[in-house]
Amino acid sequence: MTSDEAAKSVRVYEPAGRGGLGTPGYAGWWYRRGQFIASHGLLAVLAITMLLPFLWMVLASFKPLDEVENLNPFPSRWQPENYAKVFDQVPFARYYFNSVLVALWVTFLQCLTSAMAAFAFARLQWRGRDMVFRLYLATLMIPGIVTMIPNYVLTVKLQLLDSYLGLIVPASFSAFGTFLLRQFMLTIPPALDEAAWMDGAGPWTVFWDIALPLARPGLIALAVFTFMGNYGSFFWPLILIKSEHLRTLPIGMLYFDSVYGKQTNLIMAASVMNLIPLIVLFVVSQKFLVRGIQMGGVKG
Amino acid sequence: MKGRQNDILAAAGFLLPNILGFLVFTAGPLVFSLAVSFSNWNLQRTIPFQWTGLDGYRELMRDNEFWLYFVNTIYLMLGMPIAIGGSLFLAVLLSQRLRGMVVYRTLFYLPTFTSGVALMILWKALYNPSFGPINAVIDWCLQGFGINDLLHAIGCGPLAAPQWLLETKNLLGLDVEQVGFVAAQRGIGAREALIIMGVWIAIGGNNMLLYLAALTNVPQELVEAAQIDGASRWRVFRHITWPQLAPTTFFIVVMSFIGSLQGGFEQARVMTNGGPAGTTTTLAYYIYTKAFQEYQIGYASAVAWILFAIIFVITLINWKFGQKELSY
Repeated sequence: MTSDEAAKSVRVYEPAGRGGLGTPGYAGWWYRRGQFIASHGLLAVLAITMLLPFLWMVLASFKPLDEVENLNPFPSRWQPENYAKVFDQVPFARYYFNSVLVALWVTFLQCLTSAMAAFAFARLQWRGRDMVFRLYLATLMIPGIVTMIPNYVLTVKLQLLDSYLGLIVPASFSAFGTFLLRQFMLTIPPALDEAAWMDGAGPWTVFWDIALPLARPGLIALAVFTFMGNYGSFFWPLILIKSEHLRTLPIGMLYFDSVYGKQTNLIMAASVMNLIPLIVLFVVSQKFLVRGIQMGGVKG
Repeated sequence: MKGRQNDILAAAGFLLPNILGFLVFTAGPLVFSLAVSFSNWNLQRTIPFQWTGLDGYRELMRDNEFWLYFVNTIYLMLGMPIAIGGSLFLAVLLSQRLRGMVVYRTLFYLPTFTSGVALMILWKALYNPSFGPINAVIDWCLQGFGINDLLHAIGCGPLAAPQWLLETKNLLGLDVEQVGFVAAQRGIGAREALIIMGVWIAIGGNNMLLYLAALTNVPQELVEAAQIDGASRWRVFRHITWPQLAPTTFFIVVMSFIGSLQGGFEQARVMTNGGPAGTTTTLAYYIYTKAFQEYQIGYASAVAWILFAIIFVITLINWKFGQKELSY
């Protein structure tokens, strides 16, 4: 490796102790201060640029309709009643309820089935385990779109079309979740469950009392991923749901946009309400999420 | 270990729910969809069911639409290098361990976390050529700064803001009716609009977090030693940091390829209906229209399997050349 060679060749010049000449930013306090201000300035500009669409959305959601197209992003008169109007025009509360209900069920079932499978792969000894796990990993690359059509046909045959069960059950099994939780369970020191095994605990006790609590950061990350993925799930409900009272938020939004699309201020109010639960969820759970993404390698 | 050589029974019990779900909703459908792709199955039953062998695949190779949409799918990937480069740039900025980095990280990650129908509806409004704020700002700049007066003075036509999602033009000048280039199609249009939105969504997302994790693993002694040697920031990055990031970059590029090959459905359905003139129809959206609007399940499955084959090849390349350290 070239970097190793580089390491050897430059290490010769490494000074004995830290501090003094050895610290980066050798030009001293002023240099570091300048760097600090420059970095923060650049980051702040970038962050504000990223946020502009969100800001416009929020401001537009409070505008009277005829001001939406104005260059001035601020409403001349703030209209919080736009939010109430959304509920008058579409059963928005119903969409909320459907989305949250389906997402909670999927999250619960997916965490449970994934954690159980992860336990079998990470904490139990059995012949062929690693081969089966590799097979499992391979299924991660099967594109959802290939299995979507047969799953639709299957749902029709099972008479689950246009039902909560049809939305929940097929989404409740995840190879990704298994993979992610296995990564977390592998980090549990073996001494812990071995002590329990020695005491004569059964596999379910070891799973429930030791592996699950210790894998909690992973479980939280998976739960948030699954919840948010399902809350925003679009393709599957789109082809599955026909009745109005079963529409989830994304389907309801699509319908609202296609029927009342000219009322940009109301559409934006609906979008804001759609995004708020996600933003709250993200802010409270991001510590776990970041670790989950970095451990799981990828999601989405 | 210690008296429990084989927990196979317990393992079977723990795996059962997941394996069952996997067999019913993944493995079974996979086999089924391959079988169906060799038939002319139509859900409307207007045509009698028949096994047609490779006919579907042959038809697909001659299908002008398929190739156009394949090109669209590839074209929409042009944002990938910008998004990945941008993620790396943001990660480098964020890795300085200054105060407040978590706040920036949160803000950058927000579009990824909230991406979905609501954001696409938002961008549709932003891109609206007559009422949207993007063109309002562009028009204001063109007039307010006298750019168009200036252009007029030197004998050029006035510049107009792009029509965004309503426009078939594109930067490469791809033709609308067949695979090829025509000068008349050069410009900014729907595909550019989707690429810009895609970069905005992805730039501060998972790739940035992966780079951030990889950057903390770059040995600090190396960086410090090089700095003492008087290496410039750029040289430190180019010769020390960048090689250390290679496995992460490789992983991100492969995953982005796989993701974008299957992508583009949501934006096509919500923002453009695949138009104008099919220029934003990707393979995923084509499969959707074939299967769920025209009910040609057999043909749609054949398209899906071609997509799967391409993804499979990319994954094989990943396994052959990818570094092990990342995927486990």
